[in-house]
Amino acid sequence: MANNMADAVIIGGGVHGCATAYYLAKAGCKRVVLLEKGYLASGGTGRSGAGIRHQFGTEINIRLSSAAVRMMENLEQELEYPRGISLMQKGYLIIAYTETQMEQFAKNVQLQREIDPENLTEILTTEEINRKLPFLNVEGVLGGTFNRRDGHANPFHVVQAFAEAAKRLGVDIRTFTEVVDIRTDQGKVTAVVTDKGEVIQTPVVVNCAGPHGAVVSKMAGVDIPLYPQRHQVAVTEPLEMFLPCMVLDFTHGTWFKQTPDGSLILGVGDPEHEVKEINQRCTWEFMKDVAEKMVFHIPRLKDVVVVRQWAGLYDMTPDSQAILGATPVEGFYLDVGWSGHGFQLGPIVGKIMAELISGQKPCIDVSCMSLERFEKGELIPEPNCV
Amino acid sequence: MEDKTVICRCEDVTLEEIRTLIQEGFQTIDEIKRMCRCGMGPCQGRTCRAVVSQEISRATGLPLNEVKGPTFRQPIKPVKLGAFLGGDDDGK
Repeated sequence: MANNMADAVIIGGGVHGCATAYYLAKAGCKRVVLLEKGYLASGGTGRSGAGIRHQFGTEINIRLSSAAVRMMENLEQELEYPRGISLMQKGYLIIAYTETQMEQFAKNVQLQREIDPENLTEILTTEEINRKLPFLNVEGVLGGTFNRRDGHANPFHVVQAFAEAAKRLGVDIRTFTEVVDIRTDQGKVTAVVTDKGEVIQTPVVVNCAGPHGAVVSKMAGVDIPLYPQRHQVAVTEPLEMFLPCMVLDFTHGTWFKQTPDGSLILGVGDPEHEVKEINQRCTWEFMKDVAEKMVFHIPRLKDVVVVRQWAGLYDMTPDSQAILGATPVEGFYLDVGWSGHGFQLGPIVGKIMAELISGQKPCIDVSCMSLERFEKGELIPEPNCV
Repeated sequence: MEDKTVICRCEDVTLEEIRTLIQEGFQTIDEIKRMCRCGMGPCQGRTCRAVVSQEISRATGLPLNEVKGPTFRQPIKPVKLGAFLGGDDDGK
């Protein structure tokens, strides 16, 4: 049985884990170990829509996303990643079908501009949407919001970029290594035990385990209100580029985008019917659902061929917001519960986690996302997510 | 086979690219697929999967049957979205 020592152990090799590892090492933390039960980005990160947007409706998410978009824009340079992250900033459109949504969108845009004077989100009329995306069915659409600086990226390469940069700074990344226990003594974290029988002594453990976040927390004796929820996606044959921006619709729970290789990625969130367990299998019910909804949005898609489905898990919390920061167990930190909008915030939150762990004042105050908020009843529901 | 041989015809991935990735430490089909799109095209890896498995096996010494394969997902063959519309399971 191997024994080893670390200054910090990060659990989870998605964007949050890899970014936290990179920024911790950059801040001078010497022995950072990252443990991932599969391969890097094999969980929520790699299965996500990988959208990037300023368009949120709570102050904390607007602050985080404004910073995150800027970081994404410079990520390839900062991390010296030659393969590129396929960042497409051709905009992100959110469409509304009800007056209530339009009112909420107006509030969101106002808040976004108040917080970030450089914010480019604009309200579009149905006619303007029609001009922008003439193939989109606007029947019933009352308008929407659009930000041309938003878009999407390749989640595998974003993770790989962070992981490779972290390795160059000495981070020890161990894939196909599952954490089976977290040891504590007198209210402090002392070690992490892996399925390979290794015991890694460490004063700091960061839980970036996404949908497995509650199970991992429990190992340290910390209960968190987090559960997995399956979401499914369909991917089409590559088509000539026609959909420059990402599109999101809260009414049908749909989102879609076209990747630089030409494939359309089509998602539908169905929280009412989807399983809330660790289950990443696909269903035929989803195919019917996604086909109906996507052909409704873009009628010409009926002749487009689907080549694959996939499924992934959201890590849901009661207010669809993350749980960030310290816990009652000293040295045990949380960065989980992103509820479907965590990919894009990975870079900034990784930086903040590193600041929190190294005792610095974080560049953005994330105290409203603490675990305590559930006890205090200070929930911060995000209106702008699927 | 030569290094320039195209292994994934859907996504134009060469043997050289696959070998480089394996050398860099990407030693499962899933990882290689995500790094270079090998197997992500319309045929979903029907041609390249076996060759990539063999390359991993050769480079790592792992027996072929122990090379971790990708998840098999629906649809088995490409299907038009329109084929899922109109009509329930009972043919209505």
